[in-house]
Amino acid sequence: MRALLIRDLRLALRAGGGFGLGLAFFLIVVVLVPFSVGPAPELLTRIAPGVLWLGALLACLLSLDRLLAVDWEDGALDLLATSPLPLEGVVAIKAVAHWITTGLPLVLAAPVLGVLLNLAPAGYGVLVLSLLLGTPALSMIGAFGAALTVGIKRGGLLLSLLVLPLYVPTLIFGAEAARRGAEGLDPGTPLLMLAGITGAVLALMPFAAGAVLRVNLR
Amino acid sequence: MDLTVTNLAVGRGGVPVLAGVSFALAPGEVLVLRGPNGAGKTTLLRSIAGLQEPMAGQVAGAEDRIAYAAHADGLKSALTVAENLAFWAAVFEQTGIDQALSAFDLHDLQDRRAGQLSAGQKRRLGLARLVVTGRPVWVLDEPTVSLDAASVALFAQAVRAHLAAGGSALIATHIDLGLDARVLDVTPYRAALGAVASSDEVFL
Amino acid sequence: MSLWEYANPVKFLRLSERVLPWFWGLSAMCLVVGLVWGFFFTPDDFRQGSTVKIIYLHVPSALMAINAWFMMLVASLIWIIRRHHVSALAARAAAPVGVVMTLIALFTGAIWGQPMWGTWWAWDPRLTSFLILFLFYLGYIALWEAIEDPDTAADLTSILCLVGTVFAVLSRYAVNFWNQGLHQGASLSLDKEENVADVFYQPLLVCIAGFVCLFFALVLYRTGTEIRVRRTRALIAREGKLA
Repeated sequence: MRALLIRDLRLALRAGGGFGLGLAFFLIVVVLVPFSVGPAPELLTRIAPGVLWLGALLACLLSLDRLLAVDWEDGALDLLATSPLPLEGVVAIKAVAHWITTGLPLVLAAPVLGVLLNLAPAGYGVLVLSLLLGTPALSMIGAFGAALTVGIKRGGLLLSLLVLPLYVPTLIFGAEAARRGAEGLDPGTPLLMLAGITGAVLALMPFAAGAVLRVNLR
Repeated sequence: MDLTVTNLAVGRGGVPVLAGVSFALAPGEVLVLRGPNGAGKTTLLRSIAGLQEPMAGQVAGAEDRIAYAAHADGLKSALTVAENLAFWAAVFEQTGIDQALSAFDLHDLQDRRAGQLSAGQKRRLGLARLVVTGRPVWVLDEPTVSLDAASVALFAQAVRAHLAAGGSALIATHIDLGLDARVLDVTPYRAALGAVASSDEVFL
Repeated sequence: MSLWEYANPVKFLRLSERVLPWFWGLSAMCLVVGLVWGFFFTPDDFRQGSTVKIIYLHVPSALMAINAWFMMLVASLIWIIRRHHVSALAARAAAPVGVVMTLIALFTGAIWGQPMWGTWWAWDPRLTSFLILFLFYLGYIALWEAIEDPDTAADLTSILCLVGTVFAVLSRYAVNFWNQGLHQGASLSLDKEENVADVFYQPLLVCIAGFVCLFFALVLYRTGTEIRVRRTRALIAREGKLA
């Protein structure tokens, strides 16, 4: 399992691995928002937590269709399926690698981009915490979606359609926690709900994704 | 332990392709599968490797003993030859890739990125992966594609070494590898109509 | 004789052909009676005027939009556990019916909402949940359409249906939470049970019965079509092998 994680991280960091793509996309979204809604600082302050969460979610979505498709196309998935690793573990590790290469940089970049959106000073800690709790769920749900669409040519759009409604609870609780934090309210409840969803997703989703992958491989 | 296939029926997309396939493969043995394109060799091998459910019959002695190699080698072009092999060795909980490198004459290439290899060199790397798995039963689907004569000889040598070490191999191929192999032609096993219930059968 | 006997496509077809006219007839009767009664023989509501009468389309369709998904969930479970083809095909057949019901509920809701709330659309928890349900239906149907092998498609969509159900329920609660957070209490929400007096209630029940029968008729009919498509496929596969 560790070998697979190391391999995926190494591949992401080498040329053509697409590392930083999500980060660049996040930056683009955040930079474009003031151009579209106007530069009024009060307005930006109000929408900053939501925009940052939405940007992170879209950036996460962007890289999902390559999550399993690469290994599917070059046959590595077949070989992994005949290896001692359980497919559930393979998918979970892939999701972890996706989180480390996409989710974690987004979490780290969010405060910097928060400055661009005039995020309230009180909001930074909760924003980072909510993203830290929420993005692993985004990666794991995304891995399920990627497993569903892995055999479909140009399944990228379908993947988005399947995954977006699944992202709704995470987005609601995550953005709500960030908003409450920025407005100086108590973000405890949405943070707990977010942590609960992420925990349940991490515990159960690998099995759904593994089952789906097994169907797709046969 | 033998690999024993009993009365196996396999299908593609719910339609049976081969039925009634039976054979046993003892340690030290090679079985070569032959048959025209589309006869179902690939489907049979995938079923034996456990990638798809057989429609009927049993496969015994395959669980955690098979190293499977097909048309796609699963190589990562951004990783070096040594990194590719070391990864598979780690996945199969083995150590050391030296033996595999020398078996397929890859020592000089080991620091080269897999993406820079020629088709034949990639194939050799894909086959070298079999050595690092440490698995006793090799299930190979057209292993000699894009190999030149020298590389084919290298491959045959590797298979012989594998057999000498108590391994066995099941190979679908069209060329003569110069191995002392039994040959199984799958043509007679073509699934006759109604021999096996296809998943669509209930609709007829 | 067990219910599972009708898992055989041929037997299912025979049965559905026998009961289909009854369902068509019943649904037509109930809908005509219920809608005419509701539209022309009930008084106008003292607050809402005649706009309230859209309730006879809105409530039954919303009910069936949820029930259709629930039926798909049960059918998916049966496919996963017992692998009866008819079950998977029935789930597939119900999805477009469910999505149309969802659309009817959303549109009639908008038409009702405009005069009552002064807006076609509000991000009220109920409305939002239906929009999410609509997305789930779209994804489910798109996945069926995207996969060629019918058994693979049945397996994948069944698992999607299970996972989707969990997330749909989760979304329902999340949306409740979120809207309270934004609006401090849902002032726009309308508690239907409370408002509806007996005069309105009885024709509504008839309309709901009509929609239920219509749903059964449509799903049986569409399942029959799906079975025939599979049968054609099986026959072509067999002929292809004979040739």
